[in-house]
Amino acid sequence: MDYFLPRMDTFVSNQNSLVSVRNLSFSRGSKVIFDNVSLDFERGKITAIMGPSGTGKTTLLKLIGGQLPPAQGTIVVDGENVHQLPRKQLFQLRKRIGMLFQSGALLTDMNVYDNVAFPLREHTRLPETMIRSLVLMKLQAVGLRGVKDFMPNELSGGMARRVALARAIALDPMMILYDEPFTGQDPISMGVLVHLIKSLNSALGLTSIIVSHDVHETSAIADYIYVLADGKIIGQGTPEAIRQSSSAWIQQFMNGTADGPVHFHYPAKDYFDDLLLSGKRY
Amino acid sequence: MSHSPTQDTLVGLFVAAGIAGLFFLAFQASNLSAYAEHDTYTLTARFENSGGLKVKSPVSAAGVKIGQVIAISFDPKTYDSVVAMHIDSHYNTFPDDTTASIFTAGLLGEQYVNLEAGGSETILKDQDKIEITQSAIILEKAIGQFLFKAAEEKK
Amino acid sequence: MIEQLQLLGNQTRGSFAKLGRGTRFLLQTLSGIGSVIPRPRLLLNQLYSVGVLSFLIITISGLFVGMVLSLQGYYTLSDFGAEASLGLMVATSLVRELGPVVSALLFAGRAGSALTAEIGLMKATEQLSGMEMMAVDPIQRIIAPRFLAGLIAMPLLAGLFSAIGILGGQLVGSGLLGVDDGAYWAQMQAKIDFQDDIVNGIIKSITFGFVTTWIALFEGYDATPTAEGVSRATTRTVVNSAFSVLGLDFILTALMFGDD
Repeated sequence: MDYFLPRMDTFVSNQNSLVSVRNLSFSRGSKVIFDNVSLDFERGKITAIMGPSGTGKTTLLKLIGGQLPPAQGTIVVDGENVHQLPRKQLFQLRKRIGMLFQSGALLTDMNVYDNVAFPLREHTRLPETMIRSLVLMKLQAVGLRGVKDFMPNELSGGMARRVALARAIALDPMMILYDEPFTGQDPISMGVLVHLIKSLNSALGLTSIIVSHDVHETSAIADYIYVLADGKIIGQGTPEAIRQSSSAWIQQFMNGTADGPVHFHYPAKDYFDDLLLSGKRY
Repeated sequence: MSHSPTQDTLVGLFVAAGIAGLFFLAFQASNLSAYAEHDTYTLTARFENSGGLKVKSPVSAAGVKIGQVIAISFDPKTYDSVVAMHIDSHYNTFPDDTTASIFTAGLLGEQYVNLEAGGSETILKDQDKIEITQSAIILEKAIGQFLFKAAEEKK
Repeated sequence: MIEQLQLLGNQTRGSFAKLGRGTRFLLQTLSGIGSVIPRPRLLLNQLYSVGVLSFLIITISGLFVGMVLSLQGYYTLSDFGAEASLGLMVATSLVRELGPVVSALLFAGRAGSALTAEIGLMKATEQLSGMEMMAVDPIQRIIAPRFLAGLIAMPLLAGLFSAIGILGGQLVGSGLLGVDDGAYWAQMQAKIDFQDDIVNGIIKSITFGFVTTWIALFEGYDATPTAEGVSRATTRTVVNSAFSVLGLDFILTALMFGDD
């Protein structure tokens, strides 16, 4: 694994956060997704962004990856302001970032092997024999060397995500962004993914950002958690601190109770009045 | 990068078939072979009236196509129509008393120039002029004349 | 009333915005074509799915269109005793109009809709996004080779269509209806002009290939990334391609054959 070594120097750089988001605002149409949010992601750590669906967690990853421009604020990744980089440098930066999409986003017209080889073939001029060794190593790391000849549609959802993870680490990135890695997985796949994210992060010296609403799995591996709701940070801290939080909202979210600050009923006019109105045309 | 030799072969076959189709159109279904024209020489002829003759109308002799019209212009001094033709240089034995006439192929067909050789010893060369010409038969005129004549005879 | 005007205004603005996006997309695609040339493998794969897979429908349709033209033409021409011009009639209609137009319509239905669905699904399953995050430009890697393949395949398909149509016409004409074989070809060869008819027909089909492939790729790229969005985009590809091909055909015909 010695080819991971050159990356070591990034840990000892004086600045401790690899990604820092400052005063970020973003809205889609009239809906405000982020309202003056600032976040820091420390090097070598697993940081989780949690919050209910529709709070723009995936949007945040796209903003960090430079796929969307923010309305206001800056995002600095490894000392570079993502949204002021010219296209070429942005692409250079992206080669050092791996992203795991919710669906895996494997290219459907090639098999597993070619999918993992894809970034290597696109960005390096390595001979095919070396690409083969690298691909097999990455697949071995996620435990799926045995499916290298499968097509993506022959894989289960969990396997597709693991193959996508092998692809994401193909270029030995400094950071991996995980978009809802646990959603819709059976307990075993979920356990495998939790284990993989944790072990890859320490073995490869990665920085990981996980976007998720799976409270249990995420708090099991995260070093630090931000809880987002309605475009604002409503809580942050270590998993332990979050669990102990006095905020009723966070308690409801972490424990998954049906009623609380977020009401069971979507806001509506008075129930009794509404019933009486039935039959009348209004 | 899934690729198989069969796929390559099929793409090759497809491209070959497409090109073959275009070649077929060019050589079998069009006048391209007439374009690859062998050498020609130019003759001109003056007609009182060139009728419906057009550029690219055929020039033939004894029913065989030997060339085509390349330009038709009006001479403002003599009020004649000047027709220039390219004649295939294989057929370079027309005497200078050749007659050029404008005929119509069939009743409604297109018009063409017909060359009919005379008996002179001198041969027409490039840029020469055909002196003896016979104008296009204008159908309306011919019918008019015919009726006129018929009326005369009845008297 | 005001609401309707507002709706109309919004729709107009929407279609202009789409045209703008489409144009920008086209320019990006054109500038991405350069990156395809050092990687002929990408082009070859696309020529297969765009060209080879349209081959059968094009040849069979061409054959039948030629046969029908011959049959219909014969009945009309024989009234004037002009059966000898049958070959000319079949060839003129095919080379000038039906070859480029019908093959472009078939191409839009077969290859165009498949392209839209493919690109739309790649978008819906985050493959395009994923590629971007892997620092690979999907316009260069995915769109440009497909565009180039469409541009190359269309004139070849149209040529095939016309050629097979002419042969089909001859099959019916001289085989079934007893038109003289020599006259069928001779009249055609005498009057079909290489420059005016064949070359113009090829120019038409290249134009149609350009437009239909552009529409197909853009509709896929611009599709709402859901199953419903992709299926709607596929329909739009076929409808918009048909309109564009027929409209452009009128303009091109007026330009090319206007003074003849």
